[in-house]
Amino acid sequence: MDILKLAGVLIVVIGFALKLDTIATVVIAGIVTGLIAGMSPMEILTTLGTSFVSQRTATLFVLTLPAIGICERYGLKEKAIDFIRSIKNATTGRVILIYQAIRTLAAAFSVRLGGHPQFVRPVVVPMAEGAAAAKYGEISDETSDMIRGASAAAENYGNFFAQNCFMGASGTLLIVSTLVEAGYEVTPAQIAAWSIPVAVISVIVGVVRAILIDKKLAKVAERSEA
Amino acid sequence: MNFGQILAEVFYTLIGIIFILVGVKALRDPGAQKKATTAAFWFLLACTFILGNWIPKWIVGLAIVCMAVLTGIKGVVQSASDVPEQSVVRERADKLGYKIFIPALSLALSAVVLATLGSKVPALSWITANNSICLAGIIALIVVLCMTKANPKYAVVDGTRLMDNVGPTGILPQLLSALGALFTAAGVGTVIANGVAKVVPEGNKLIACAVYCIAMALFTIIMGNGFAAFSVITVGIGIPFLIMQGANPIVVGALGLTAGYCGTLCTPMAANFNIMPAALLEVKNKYSIIKSQVPVALCMLVIHIILMYVFAF
Repeated sequence: MDILKLAGVLIVVIGFALKLDTIATVVIAGIVTGLIAGMSPMEILTTLGTSFVSQRTATLFVLTLPAIGICERYGLKEKAIDFIRSIKNATTGRVILIYQAIRTLAAAFSVRLGGHPQFVRPVVVPMAEGAAAAKYGEISDETSDMIRGASAAAENYGNFFAQNCFMGASGTLLIVSTLVEAGYEVTPAQIAAWSIPVAVISVIVGVVRAILIDKKLAKVAERSEA
Repeated sequence: MNFGQILAEVFYTLIGIIFILVGVKALRDPGAQKKATTAAFWFLLACTFILGNWIPKWIVGLAIVCMAVLTGIKGVVQSASDVPEQSVVRERADKLGYKIFIPALSLALSAVVLATLGSKVPALSWITANNSICLAGIIALIVVLCMTKANPKYAVVDGTRLMDNVGPTGILPQLLSALGALFTAAGVGTVIANGVAKVVPEGNKLIACAVYCIAMALFTIIMGNGFAAFSVITVGIGIPFLIMQGANPIVVGALGLTAGYCGTLCTPMAANFNIMPAALLEVKNKYSIIKSQVPVALCMLVIHIILMYVFAF
């Protein structure tokens, strides 16, 4: 009978997997769980309300939005693009690595770089493919896919593995809220600090990846010449 | 209430005001669809933030249900914002140059400096980590306004523009914590823990770390969203099998979410990171990004398990 309590978890899994409205899914999952566990509607509403209010900390990032918005209005993203473009003489692997490093730092400082549409497509991919073409001549479709995939991946690694280094990141605040709700006193500063090792390691892994990418490109070029 | 708590309420009220302004923006937009439902959502949300501490909590719960209905019927949409024109932005970028990074960086730096001061200096204990984030937001705002000499009204214009972009899903983390609380109250964590206990040998910390991290990644792969996985798996596995066995909750929490992100890298469910960019970059094989990411994700997942095992105990 206890297994029925997992209905809420199932609703969350199915709701997210089917891309249904996230807020409605979560609230329905919560209500269903409460009902199955024998809670009265009043108890459910009170529990929902109490933790929502005490976890308003998870939404504190809202107060950082005005400053970021104005920075963007005054050219934040443009200057980031300028900076990346100014990198000279890099191999494909290095371009991708440098972008990952910049993206990692930016995420850690909560500087939104707008990733895929603003950087990867117009700046990183042309530079990465340009470097490969300059060195090896024309590149095949398969190689181009590989370079593009790796460029987009750099954006994702930088974004995911470093975002929680910022105290006000929603991921960081989620971790704090979840643990505090469960009775463990943790602060955003502590969580942000403990997110740093992973961020650093992800860049190191990025270095290895860059080396492997350049090696692979060299091999492909050799093979096609042979 | 001590000063730190009063300050926190002030900040929540400010956030509530931003929500109200997003609702107002929707009402004022001549071309907007679904103005009434959109505005209603934001006004309800504002009430929970501003009045939340003072009104009976079941009313807040009711407001949440209403908000869920509004988003569920797709009644909340973005309204028109004052988006800066490309050429104007480029001009400003050329004029201001790299100095524009100063306010952006000051955001994170002041948060850290304030939080550190708050925790080390007893007289400044009202600067809690949470308050530091808000204070940093305000400091960065002042810095950018001074540096760009922008009209202060843009604080509202751009603040509401970005908030509208983020949309209702901005409160997802907050709702997920509420869900976690309901799960705990209902005993869901215990059910999951009992189930997992049948598979995990008792007291084996390495396997417990592995199960936690892998479960995080797996759930994220299924759902495409690491936040939702975090709530469920931390309540069901992280707390009973790691934290209650003496693991440091900070390490478990911080590493848990990024372990989930390892899953995000591998799943087509996380479409806007893995599939949309593939279309945007016009790759021939739409799984190219995932293909590139899987080896790194697996490698990072193993690293997470090791880090957690070494540092949490």
